[in-house]
Amino acid sequence: MHITGNLLLDTILLAVFKMVGFMFVFVMGLATVLTWVERKYSAVVQNRIGPNRANVGTLRLGGLFHMIADPIKMLTKEDFTPDTPNPILFRLAPVLALIPAMLVFVVIPFGPGDNFQISSVNAGILFIFGIASLNVYGAVLGAWASNNKWSLMGGLRISAQMISYEVAIGLSLCGIFMIYGAVDLQEIVVGQSTLLSWGIFLQPVSFILYLTCAIAENKRAPFDVAEAESELTAGYWTEYSAMGFAVLALSEFIEVVMIGCLGTTLFLGGWQIPGVHGTSPGIIALQIGAFIVKTLILVWLQLTIRWTLPRFRYDQVMRLGWRIMLPLALANLVVTGVVLAIVDRL
Amino acid sequence: MAKVVNRIEPDFARQAYVVEAIKGVGLVTRQFARNIFGRKDTPTVQYPEERKPYAARFRGRHRLMRRDDGQVRCVACMLCATACPANCIGIVAAEHGNPDIEKYPTRFEIDLLKCIYCGFCEEACPCDAIRLDSGIHSVPSMTRRDQKAGVLNLMAIGAPSIATQGGEFKSESHGGGH
Repeated sequence: MHITGNLLLDTILLAVFKMVGFMFVFVMGLATVLTWVERKYSAVVQNRIGPNRANVGTLRLGGLFHMIADPIKMLTKEDFTPDTPNPILFRLAPVLALIPAMLVFVVIPFGPGDNFQISSVNAGILFIFGIASLNVYGAVLGAWASNNKWSLMGGLRISAQMISYEVAIGLSLCGIFMIYGAVDLQEIVVGQSTLLSWGIFLQPVSFILYLTCAIAENKRAPFDVAEAESELTAGYWTEYSAMGFAVLALSEFIEVVMIGCLGTTLFLGGWQIPGVHGTSPGIIALQIGAFIVKTLILVWLQLTIRWTLPRFRYDQVMRLGWRIMLPLALANLVVTGVVLAIVDRL
Repeated sequence: MAKVVNRIEPDFARQAYVVEAIKGVGLVTRQFARNIFGRKDTPTVQYPEERKPYAARFRGRHRLMRRDDGQVRCVACMLCATACPANCIGIVAAEHGNPDIEKYPTRFEIDLLKCIYCGFCEEACPCDAIRLDSGIHSVPSMTRRDQKAGVLNLMAIGAPSIATQGGEFKSESHGGGH
């Protein structure tokens, strides 16, 4: 009895340790840094200087302290509640947007074995889809409870857009499940042990579809019709100020990291380094480093796409989703199936 | 003649968007690398720390020039006040002890809120007494009263002038301004 108690304690401690290390240090840390990186990166790309004034004494670091100054400002501002019949829903919406974005990281394997995955759910990717689709509630309820027509329009657009692209993103990943024969993310990563067995080389079409649909799911440019500054002020978060606004913005950056982590896991070999195998602590540390670097590459790619492509019109977004992404995902599935069947026969 | 616009017809490769998007990502990345590592295209000047030099003919805050002995060069002839389109110069003249100088201003006041910095006073002055070449940008203040620059104020940024007082015409009889 005593031994079981200790084991349970160890298990809980390990889980807490993994959660703090991965979710709070890596994910939240990266998302917070991204609030500054996005502004600075877009500035440099557009020949501007960007935020550079926040400082501690004479230390400026190119404005890195803006990521601390911004939350302090957000915390001390007036938290405005509009004249709405649903003040509770209005307060709940940012939480509903943040929690699913955070929960998804539970099943991401950031290193080899169970020790480097917060929870080994064998439904893996299905869990991610299930949780990620709850995201739409945060935005739509926030839009509804804002009692503002711009917000409502943004909310309607979001619900249509997210549901459309969820279909395509699900189908685009089916090819991956067929090739690696698993929906468990750790098994998918284990299957990508050599460079040529990486998802991006076996399923290039699927990778492009995944990235496009994921950016559309995250409602960032070029798919930001839900916010659409020029049409809807700020869409579903028009009425949010102070920390409510900050949480909505942060959950968007957490999703950027999530898309990077999931893309790394499914298409870039996760923590695998081609040609490096072993179980010594040094190699494991290298592999975790590889996971972080690959995630950062995909995060950078998302930022660059966001500052490269112009915004799609709402009807273009819908047409792209239903008439191009969905048929392409289905065709990709059929081709993958046929090729797999032929390879099996040989 | 109407301007001919060469439109690029969207062919299939363009409409497929993927290749174009990759090209765009390349372009953005190149520009990023150039602004970080290479020649910067950023035109921004970080104002309080960095300043662009004004052009040599920039007309800034007025100053009253001095004679060799430190007295004001102005002889209160009123030409500047007459030339001033904004009517911002107020001069009260008094008799000078030296009969060669005749007059000097006991009060020489420029209302900087009225002044349009046109430089007509500088051009009208026969004595090289008033100049707008200090390079000082208009100075803010908390009250309107502070915007009236008096004679001492204007002379504080002044400098000895080597121009001949009253111009070439009187140089032989005076010679006071050397």
